[in-house]
Amino acid sequence: MEDEIVQEFVIESTENLDQVAIDLVELERSPGDPALLSSIFRAMHTIKGTCGFLGYPKLEAVAHAAESLLSLLRDNEIAYSSALANALLATTDAMREILALLEATGAEGDRDYGEIISTLRALAGPQGVPAPRAAASAPPVEPPTQPASGEQASQGSYPSDAATERGAHGAEDAQPVHGEAKAAAADLNIRVDVRLLDTLMNLVGELVLARNQIIQHTESRNDPALAATSQRLNLITTDLQAGIMKTRMQPIGNVLSKFPRVVRDLAQACGKQVRLETEGRETELDKTIIEAIKDPLTHLVRNSVDHGIESPETRRSAGKNEEGRLMIRAFHEGGQVNIEIQDDGAGIDGQKVLRKALDRGLVSPDAAARMSEREILALIFLPGFSTADKVTNVSGRGVGMDVVKTNIEKIGGSIDLFTAPGEGTTFKIKIPLTLAIVPALIVTTGGDRYAIPQVNLLELVRLNSGERRGAIETISGTPTYRLRGKLLPLVDLGAELGVESSHFQDADDPRSFNIVVLQADDRQFGLVVSDVNDTEEIVVKPLGRQLQNIRHLAGATIMGDGRVALILDVIGLAHGAHVVAENSDGAAAEAHQETDTDGTVISSLLVVRVGDDRQLAVPLAQVARLEEFEPERLEQAESRQVVQYRGRILPLIDLAQFMGVPATAERSTSVPMVVARAGRRTVGLVVDAIVDIVSEAVRLQPISERSGVVGTAVVGSKVTSILDISELVQNFDQAMFENDFELEVAR
Amino acid sequence: MTVLVEGGKYCSFKVGELLFGIDVQDVQEVLRYQEITRVPLAPPVVRGLINLRGQIVTAVDMRRQLNMEDRPAGVMPMNVIVRTREDPISLLVDEIGDVIEVDPEGFEDIPPTVSGVVRELMSGVHKLSDSLLLVLKTERAVSIC
Repeated sequence: MEDEIVQEFVIESTENLDQVAIDLVELERSPGDPALLSSIFRAMHTIKGTCGFLGYPKLEAVAHAAESLLSLLRDNEIAYSSALANALLATTDAMREILALLEATGAEGDRDYGEIISTLRALAGPQGVPAPRAAASAPPVEPPTQPASGEQASQGSYPSDAATERGAHGAEDAQPVHGEAKAAAADLNIRVDVRLLDTLMNLVGELVLARNQIIQHTESRNDPALAATSQRLNLITTDLQAGIMKTRMQPIGNVLSKFPRVVRDLAQACGKQVRLETEGRETELDKTIIEAIKDPLTHLVRNSVDHGIESPETRRSAGKNEEGRLMIRAFHEGGQVNIEIQDDGAGIDGQKVLRKALDRGLVSPDAAARMSEREILALIFLPGFSTADKVTNVSGRGVGMDVVKTNIEKIGGSIDLFTAPGEGTTFKIKIPLTLAIVPALIVTTGGDRYAIPQVNLLELVRLNSGERRGAIETISGTPTYRLRGKLLPLVDLGAELGVESSHFQDADDPRSFNIVVLQADDRQFGLVVSDVNDTEEIVVKPLGRQLQNIRHLAGATIMGDGRVALILDVIGLAHGAHVVAENSDGAAAEAHQETDTDGTVISSLLVVRVGDDRQLAVPLAQVARLEEFEPERLEQAESRQVVQYRGRILPLIDLAQFMGVPATAERSTSVPMVVARAGRRTVGLVVDAIVDIVSEAVRLQPISERSGVVGTAVVGSKVTSILDISELVQNFDQAMFENDFELEVAR
Repeated sequence: MTVLVEGGKYCSFKVGELLFGIDVQDVQEVLRYQEITRVPLAPPVVRGLINLRGQIVTAVDMRRQLNMEDRPAGVMPMNVIVRTREDPISLLVDEIGDVIEVDPEGFEDIPPTVSGVVRELMSGVHKLSDSLLLVLKTERAVSIC
């Protein structure tokens, strides 16, 4: 019970502080606004009061100092200033910190907040802040005296507020006087555990499936009564599904509410003036999506303030208002949510972008010459790109627009960019309303059904056996199809998944042949399947832990007939089939061929050391795990080194041996190992030390005398050989991997 | 309830010639053959996914887990749905036996001569009157390298 009260107090106080932060920033625009002031004062007062009741002296002392300062402000005894705003905002941060600790540990922590309190007192001026009487006069053992404790002065001027405050915090049980006010609030809203909503959502998913089965069944019988009932069931289920979906919806304002503060702090740090406007705060989105877009949105907003909007002087000389304008607009459109982030800054200079991309080796000069303006702008979404002339503490955070794009695409969204030099830049984000139920195209290949999320779907092409001849052309074994004059690379789904032979093996293959044209990143490709069934709304269910590393699959769903069908991950499929130039995995070599320049970009690498100073790197996507084991655990199986790992025999490759350098003595106590994956094979790479994980643009020199090494690059100012695990494994010992190594256990 | 060291009730099942037991507490339910959707690119021990009243459950073939030969065509496996720290997992077995109550006195460690996978999957063995009941380590049996 106690826990619940504390929990509720933490949630409410955090919400109150969110509002305080918004109001404080707003107050800077309209200093002295009595409504804002009293709203801030009230929130602070509520927190302080409840603290006293629950017995959190630190939080109470900080809240008390802030409240005293606020009461002087409210009475116009001191004037609002930027210094004052900073101090009050810092106070809300400190209070949030304490609340977070309370939530996590149940205690206030041992940090000292004396400095903040003395700053607040100093700002209160000569009048000073009276000693925190509240702490002394609000004994938790005597709750009934609490409403009257410590703040008679404020109660005099805000008699009506007291009731609302009491109703709002979690200690109302002790104050029967205010019970009525509480009831009014509780009638409208209740807090529900998200897990309960998830369970309900799952159940409704099941209900939808059962409904589909009943409808199928009903159609096959001639029973009017049953038909009518099933019709009603259908309607109710649809409404119920919509209703449950709605319970998970939250207004996007929950995310937007922190931006006034972000923009204010950042603008101040950059010496700029920025006015933030938001529109459509009530636009609702699924909770999981709200969580997922928080970071990308914050990044875009910071970017706009930092890079988009110019300094006041520049703006003045360009004839613009000194104060820049940043607009965030959210609205529903076509079953999706659109979010636009628009600034009236300098815009993005395409030529500058292109030069930077060329400098960094992100595009070849040939390719650059052929690029459209739009394609050029899209370069800013490449990993390793940053147009900031100077690296500020805002831009140099190690996350770039590529991360923003990836995160948005991960939830099935897309991001677009529009810019006009001198007039500003607009980012348009489109995201789905929910992740739980998605429209999908059902296809069949190898006798199994697969669902392809419709967001990735562009069009369908059906070729009958007569048309197929000649329509499919191959470039050194890679099939392509001319779609309206452009070459579309084709991937055979059955062959890619290893469930049946490719449709391309035999030109007279009797199977039907459909091309599903898909969009993956900025590339299109055609997925060849035997049959295209239908589109359906599917309930997405995650795969178990054991199957989560299969990149071709996004999840599973249950079809109308009760059978399970797998959901394809189009991006993963494209990477797996090397349709999309990849920055990691075994595709490093292919990526290098595709860029047809002398370099390629590998975004995330695990850097290891062998011997005393040889540095090697493995694409992070191929790394399954990092392990360390005692040297005694190394065993010999026939002529190979192996280790027992998670109940299997894991073959080892000693990279020191591979590079021809002596291993160091560091290995005598514990041997670091990189468990790497190449396709379905797993191998342990024995190294001398794990150095680092780097995420940076790496220029790859394709000089390698050894197979298994893709090339060499400078990583962290050291020459580093980049490995390709699949090639390495293949060459290291063909025979070893030919049989699944489990068989060796049986021998 | 009496607390027995290595005693108690086991849900028994057969895989090949071996009789296994899982603590009944770890078993959610047992089911006859369920339709399985294969998962391409999955490790071979994962036979696929089954629909357990709307929940999607990964099916792990005990024969493959034990490096035994696959069941002959037409022989359908049964499902032992076990609770794990995360989602439930279905163990595909040949035959489902009784719930056996064992005497803790009859428990022994696995003889040192037993090697390989069987040894790793077992926590010990119960001597029954007419056979041996191999006690399965549940978490280990459902793990996939």
